[in-house]
Amino acid sequence: MPEHGRSGHEGRPGTIGSIIRPYGDTTGDGMVQTSFTLPVPAGPKAEGAALQLANKMGIEPAMVVHSHAIDSGYTFFVVYGSVQHLVDLDAVVVEERAYPLLSSSEINGAIRSRLGRKLVVLGACIGTDAHTVGIDAILNVKGFAGEKGLEYLREMAVTNLGAQVTVPDLVSRARAARADAVLVSQVVTQKDAHLRNTRELAAAFREAMGTARPLLVVGGPRFDPAMAADLGVDKVFGRGTTPGEVASYLVHALIPSEEPA
Amino acid sequence: MNTLTLDPMLVARARELAALAAQPVVDLARRHTTVSVERAVLRLAGLTGTDPVTGEGRLEDRVPWANRVVDAVRDQVGLASGVALPVWHALASGAAPSLQALAEQVGAGTARFEVPTGTDAERARDAAHAAVGGGIARIDANRRRREELVALHGNPRRRPWIYLIVATGDIHEDIPQAQAAARAGADVIAVIRSTGQSLLDYVPEGATRTGYAGTYATQENFRLMRAALDDVSAELGRYVRLTNYASGLCMPEIAVLAGLERLDMMLNDAMYGILFRDINPRRTFVDQRFSRMVHARAGIIINTGEDNYLTTADAVDEAHTVTVSQLLNETLAHEAGLEDWQLGLGHAFEIDPEREESFRLELAHALLARELFPDAPLKWMPPTKHMTGDVFRGYLLDGFFNLAGALTGQGILLVGMMTEAVVTPWLSDRDLALRNVRYVLDAAGNLAEDFAPPPGGFIDRRADTVLREAVDLLGRIAEHPDGLIQAIADGTFGITRRPADGGKGLDGVVELAADAYNPALELLSTKETARA
Repeated sequence: MPEHGRSGHEGRPGTIGSIIRPYGDTTGDGMVQTSFTLPVPAGPKAEGAALQLANKMGIEPAMVVHSHAIDSGYTFFVVYGSVQHLVDLDAVVVEERAYPLLSSSEINGAIRSRLGRKLVVLGACIGTDAHTVGIDAILNVKGFAGEKGLEYLREMAVTNLGAQVTVPDLVSRARAARADAVLVSQVVTQKDAHLRNTRELAAAFREAMGTARPLLVVGGPRFDPAMAADLGVDKVFGRGTTPGEVASYLVHALIPSEEPA
Repeated sequence: MNTLTLDPMLVARARELAALAAQPVVDLARRHTTVSVERAVLRLAGLTGTDPVTGEGRLEDRVPWANRVVDAVRDQVGLASGVALPVWHALASGAAPSLQALAEQVGAGTARFEVPTGTDAERARDAAHAAVGGGIARIDANRRRREELVALHGNPRRRPWIYLIVATGDIHEDIPQAQAAARAGADVIAVIRSTGQSLLDYVPEGATRTGYAGTYATQENFRLMRAALDDVSAELGRYVRLTNYASGLCMPEIAVLAGLERLDMMLNDAMYGILFRDINPRRTFVDQRFSRMVHARAGIIINTGEDNYLTTADAVDEAHTVTVSQLLNETLAHEAGLEDWQLGLGHAFEIDPEREESFRLELAHALLARELFPDAPLKWMPPTKHMTGDVFRGYLLDGFFNLAGALTGQGILLVGMMTEAVVTPWLSDRDLALRNVRYVLDAAGNLAEDFAPPPGGFIDRRADTVLREAVDLLGRIAEHPDGLIQAIADGTFGITRRPADGGKGLDGVVELAADAYNPALELLSTKETARA
């Protein structure tokens, strides 16, 4: 009974300092449930194998409460049991992102209430690079990894200029559109073309617009996110970046925060 | 059987407006061709293979001969007359012994094309007609073969058909997974395509193992998977259907390859590519009409993509956009020769489960689709937007989705995964999902018989409201001078504006000249006339 564990303690119930165990229905019982599939036909041997795995996972004693065959060579298990491991809360380190990941409605809300107009975003592949799969994944409504692209955000005015856009053209388009941010995707890395193109991009914007230039964001599978300053851009995204990360960064970098800093 | 008290005048008005809005699209499609339509003509005539000097080593990056030939014709004489006249003129003049040999001359840079006139043109038309007729005959034979196999093995024993997705990126991994899924109860296997294939302006070739989050749609992959499903169909005594995606820049060619390799269903939506992939509207509509004519001939059931509207907008506020899209898809499909039994019109269970009465609203929307399209095998799509990673809640939600499908007589049920938005489905995820479907269909599969929402009740009223909103929106679309095309440009439809001259693939659209000749269109239309 939970009340029991609570009595006589200050702070977290039933803990010794910062050490805790999983909670089933009694403080300190360590109960967990898990499920997995083993590539063996169903039967007593399979159940034994599941118990062995559970024990090695630290679940002791373990109960295979359910198993059934999948196809002919696989068995699915549900296991309950008490896990022997302890969790030390003091040893938990939470890595904090420089900016929070926001949902679509949070992004739209932030732009609407704190910018008061649409956030203008231009995207392109520059140089001879014809691989638009990266910029398309970030911008197109369809999106990537289950996240909708930036076009989906009602408060962003997104234009995808497509492939093989020249740097001077991109600068003039950005100026004409009063772009808040320019997103450039680079896939081709032959002879470090992606780095050369990015430096050229940064220099062109600096020369044409100085400090009034839009936020410059580049991305591609072979970029190192630590290189932003070296390349002269504001942000570099590497492999596996999702539209939500990019959109959240744009809000972080371009929209004044609610409380004065 | 459930019945809503839909106003028949309103239903008729909805169809009238949809036809009106779609007419400019049909006119546009008739006046133009595209590089992909022309490549599809060459593929029907049997042209296969890739130019070996392209692609930097990877087979799937090599440029197909179909692309090389169409590009060469375009460079030399343009495509306004179509590719058939110059190609078969060259062949009839003895420039090369075969289409394949002519393609190799294109590769070597020695092929010369001209648009023939007079008796030369007549000779070229006859030759092209005969060559493309071979491909159409193979599609016809495949359709008959499917009918034989369905008669031999049988259809699934009940509706809805259970539709399951396989997507490993490697055709040789897909095959055992698809066979296992069929043994576990799947009636339809869909092989999802590699990310971004819809934006490739060529169809890769060969048996591929390197797709990302999906497997390339290639003729060889189609053939391998269909053969594997034929084996498992014989084993199970049930014809297991195969699905792929006729969308993106190569829609006409993929449709042809599906017909040539006896695929059974194809995803094919009127507006998906435009709205969600930023493919040029003109390109999409021209390509789409051709691909649908091929599907009609091949006896393929198309699946439309209305579920996408609901994942990008509120499923209650925007429910009527699904109805509008279904009506537009229907009218464009009929125009291309598809019959009602071939229309897997899409819709989805995407209402926020936190919302009061969400299940009753889902039933209202599902019944509306059922009653508007009584003879179409509706494609019922599972929740994705509100699948959060809480797999337990997800499993329950999928159970309600399955129940709604059974209760409202849906034709094709895409099996929902509790691990949606978590991982690509594990073996156990698929197995648990199929158990969920089986339980619901065994327990309540015939409940539709007892379920008739009362006239004027919550469900009946909601369906009426959605239909009225749909008619309003269709009215606004039909009012535009260029109908659907201008409406899409103005952002009337959905979340984005897509101007007629924007997006990918516009440079592949060509206005037809008076002497234009497309033997495939001629052959496909002949059948249409004969049937009508």
